[in-house]
Amino acid sequence: MFLLGLLAIPLLGAALIAGSPAHAAKRVALAATSIAVALFIPIVAGFDFANNGTMQGGVEYAWLPTLGVKFAVGIDGVSLALLGLTVLLGPICVAASFTAITDRPKTFYAWLLILQAAITGVFCARDLVLFYICFEFTLIPMFILISLYGSTNRAKAAIKFFLYTFTGSLITLAGLVYVAWQHSLKHDGVWNFDIDTLAATARNLPLSTQGWVLLALMAGFAVKVPLFPVHTWLPLAHTEAPTAGSVVLAGTLLKLGTYGLYRFALGYVPGAMAEHAQTIAILCVVGIIYGGLICWVQRDVKKLVAYSSVAHLGFCVLGLVALNQTGITGSVLYMINHGLSTGALFLCIGMIYERFHTRNMAELGGLAARMPVWSTFMVFFAMASVGLPGLNGFVPEFLCLIGSFQADSRWGHGLWGSTTTSMASYGTRGDLGPWLTLIAGTGMIIAAMYLLYMVGRVVWGPLVLPPGFKADDGHGHGHDDSKGSHTAEAEKHDDHGHHSVLPTDLCGREIAILAPLAFLCLALGVYPKILTSSMDLAIDSQVKVLEEKLIERDRTRMGSTTPLVPVPPATKPNEGSGRPSASTIDSRIMVQNAGMQEAGR
Amino acid sequence: MMERLAYLWPEIALFIGTCIVMVMGLSHNPAVRRLCSPICGIFIVAAGVLAAYTTPWGESAVSIAGQTLLPNMPIFAKVLISVVGLVLLLLLAGTVDRQEEGLIARGKRAFDPLRTNRAEFYAFYLFSLTGLMLCASADDLIWLFLALELTSLPTYIMVTLSTSANKSREAGVKYFFLGALGASIFLFGFAFIYGGTGTTNLNAIHASFVQNGINGIALAGLVMALVGLGFKIASVPMHFYTADVYEGAAAPVTAMLAFVPKTAGFISILLLCATIGWQYVPGGETALMPAVGVQGVGGTALPEPIRVLLWVIAAMTMTVGNVLAVMQASIKRMLAYSSIAHSGYMLVGVIVGPGNNTFATSGVSAVMFYLLVYGVMNVAPLAVVASLEKPARSDDEPTEPETLDDLRGLWKRRPALAGMMVIGSLALLGFPPLLGFFGKVPLFTAGISAGEVALVIILGLNSAIGAYYYLRLAAMPFLAETPGAVPSESYDLHPRTSRTFAAALSASAAVVLALAGSQLMDISAKAGYVDSRVNGMDRLQPFKPKLTSVEDGGRPANGAGAVVAPAN
Repeated sequence: MFLLGLLAIPLLGAALIAGSPAHAAKRVALAATSIAVALFIPIVAGFDFANNGTMQGGVEYAWLPTLGVKFAVGIDGVSLALLGLTVLLGPICVAASFTAITDRPKTFYAWLLILQAAITGVFCARDLVLFYICFEFTLIPMFILISLYGSTNRAKAAIKFFLYTFTGSLITLAGLVYVAWQHSLKHDGVWNFDIDTLAATARNLPLSTQGWVLLALMAGFAVKVPLFPVHTWLPLAHTEAPTAGSVVLAGTLLKLGTYGLYRFALGYVPGAMAEHAQTIAILCVVGIIYGGLICWVQRDVKKLVAYSSVAHLGFCVLGLVALNQTGITGSVLYMINHGLSTGALFLCIGMIYERFHTRNMAELGGLAARMPVWSTFMVFFAMASVGLPGLNGFVPEFLCLIGSFQADSRWGHGLWGSTTTSMASYGTRGDLGPWLTLIAGTGMIIAAMYLLYMVGRVVWGPLVLPPGFKADDGHGHGHDDSKGSHTAEAEKHDDHGHHSVLPTDLCGREIAILAPLAFLCLALGVYPKILTSSMDLAIDSQVKVLEEKLIERDRTRMGSTTPLVPVPPATKPNEGSGRPSASTIDSRIMVQNAGMQEAGR
Repeated sequence: MMERLAYLWPEIALFIGTCIVMVMGLSHNPAVRRLCSPICGIFIVAAGVLAAYTTPWGESAVSIAGQTLLPNMPIFAKVLISVVGLVLLLLLAGTVDRQEEGLIARGKRAFDPLRTNRAEFYAFYLFSLTGLMLCASADDLIWLFLALELTSLPTYIMVTLSTSANKSREAGVKYFFLGALGASIFLFGFAFIYGGTGTTNLNAIHASFVQNGINGIALAGLVMALVGLGFKIASVPMHFYTADVYEGAAAPVTAMLAFVPKTAGFISILLLCATIGWQYVPGGETALMPAVGVQGVGGTALPEPIRVLLWVIAAMTMTVGNVLAVMQASIKRMLAYSSIAHSGYMLVGVIVGPGNNTFATSGVSAVMFYLLVYGVMNVAPLAVVASLEKPARSDDEPTEPETLDDLRGLWKRRPALAGMMVIGSLALLGFPPLLGFFGKVPLFTAGISAGEVALVIILGLNSAIGAYYYLRLAAMPFLAETPGAVPSESYDLHPRTSRTFAAALSASAAVVLALAGSQLMDISAKAGYVDSRVNGMDRLQPFKPKLTSVEDGGRPANGAGAVVAPAN
């Protein structure tokens, strides 16, 4: 029932805003999003963490029984975490727009709230059609936020964003409907769009069919993530969007893609995933390196963070396609942590943009002397984003890399000299392996380079301000109070109609926005178990299916003409040939199953 | 003969209305003249009520004379026609004679029956609806042809009358000549079908196909008839008139053109396809479509030449319509091309056929539902355009906004109208959770059920192209006005509120029906019911494309299991 409240509150808030005067819009929006946060508390309290793999808090109504479409919501551990992120970012986005949005505030806040409702709907939908509707409906609010409140190139950015994602997700719809049709064939022509029910059908489809379904799913979700060749809409949309839009985009909207991959690519077509994981992983690695290198040459701070999302989500999907517990856990953690740290970076950049109306690194420098509080936050979040151990970015990145490192069926079969089957334990199947991981790992170094370079330019060094701002203001920290009312923006810069009073350094509201994010970054960096333990069973249920498919795959591959690896003669004294006998494979599988059962316990 | 009347009460009511309105429009008393449109509405409502209560359907349809191929289609189509017809009437009211009536009211001119068009305009509208309903009750090729012509001929005149500008006359003439060409092609086709089967009765044609198979002459006739009917639905080889005619007509008439001929065309196409049935080729499996135990699903389709023809027409129609719509700057031209594209979407349902007669698998039901959906949501954008007429200066006729740029700044001036425009265009785009999305879902499900995956992908990609121009239409009201535009020149609400009301009805229906449309889906599922015993192509021989008549074999096809669909 609380889930319904979580969906309804933002919508009610939006309706209330439509009927209230313009100056009250932001307060109504803040109230609505805060109530949503308050509503989230009983949801967490009522959540049975011991059974986090089952859907809970479910509500179900018949909607279009002719088509088998229901209005059904419910959450498991993974949805809960992502839902928490969505709800938390709500009031933060509203508060971050208090001074930035002065033109047509009613439209802005109403659509921001509708966007939150749609994203909430995606994470708790248990019906495929409801999922798709919410998934698609996020496009409209975001389109309006970008095209009405963005920067100079907003029209192009908004259209590109819309067309890319809309095209992809229509093909995804075709794939999902295909699965639903297959289900109806096995159930006397009765159609059903329940996500879990369809999963059972989809998993048993023939492998070639699963491949096609996976392709259809990737068409929509890879664009949303975004993966390497279809990422080009993201930097543009990020750069042009208003701050709150960028935060939602980075924080939760991109996670719709990874969540979709988690829920549908892993859950529906595990066989095809086992088959094609390497291809996707290569795209991820290309994205990590390519995105990182592009970041390095960016001079626009916001664009830099935008491209860093391409690289970071490459890690996220890499962990996902490792198809083992470590990698997938890392990936889901990554979804949360990327939302926190990158969202915070966008907020920091937005605060600077509000003051100086520039995002160009050449025009900004040495802000530590002028804005010590801001600089502290900026450095902190940059470190979190780089993956400094102790902060939240490190844990998931490391888990994703370990996951993909392990995911190689050749462990224990000669890879890097590993010949004992003890090396081939639970979770070491797949095609990813150490080499891919090694290349991906260099992405961490590149990330450190560009983020530290950016921080070095903007925060440290000699004070540089864009033309029109006096550099001699606020040198000493002691002057801050006496000059506290100094407004950073000069009169000549009020082309946006801003007459807000912003102090040189952050005001209380801005600190209140960033502080909870900083706290969470630290908390999840030090004690990530709080998240991992709340979703382990949910992920485990996925991994079990994937492991079965991987074993099946390895068995067919080893049984086929080309042996995967020559098995050392020591383990097989009776056979001279390098091809493993069926009995060896079976015994290996038995070992695997034993390992799985142990891990499951 | 009397039982034939069971199908005709609504048409009779409409015809009486036609006669009354035609006389009333010529009255010297302006109050009586003004009553034309309300009387028109009353008769449409009466026809709808009569249709709902008197039209035979289900078992009764089979026992009474009439076509038995789509037994439930007539009642659905007629009620739909009267509902959408009523909304269109709200929009059409006051399209003609405003200038003339203004002059008469001010005493500048005496009433002259030769100068006014009101009587003809409403009467022809009712005539057109009469023809449309007759199409739905047709059981004979000659009846079908006459009904189609009765639907179309009044629209040619309505286009010409709708504004006093020359472009309307040009549009009317183009429409007439190309319409005559289309009519001659499908009439020629009908003649060939008669030549090939020896009968004009649809049931008898079906029986002939079942017994004798399809011979070359009948096949050629079907091909010509389907291509010729493409004129009515504006499908690809016959679509050239669309943009010019839609642009030349006043916006309310454009809205009518998008619904009335299209509905007539689809009803006729479905009837013609039903004479062959959708289970002609047994056991055609594809790699993506493994054999299944459900009867009537998959592996069955129209005869290959017809299927390929419709397949190509559907794919081309969707693509040409959408691609050309992207390039348009004029609102009405854009909506004209989008209307072409929507016909392409619906053709997917025609190709798919009834499946196993459930809503999710039946393409026929999907077409029925889409006709409803399209009829409802298509009104909104054009009604907004019609509501935005520039106020008449002195005695001139008011003019409508022409280009997309004319909509700029609408959100600031008329937020309600802008909202309706946004809802209407997003619904046409098929954006969830609006009505258009639920119109496309059954096309998706039915298409995939029948193994037409490629066509469904084309449909999806075309919807994505559609996103580009519908989004432009939806976003235009939010953009700032062009710097050069003088505020007094900007388009503003015309006093006639019935048009705004029509827009509001359409936009709210696009939302409400989407959220509570389950009943309508059930009804559409019934409307698209094709009895598979009637459709019993299991007795039909596999198609052999030779130009001589197939011998009367009567040999049961392989398997010969009786295909019985679940009864409704």
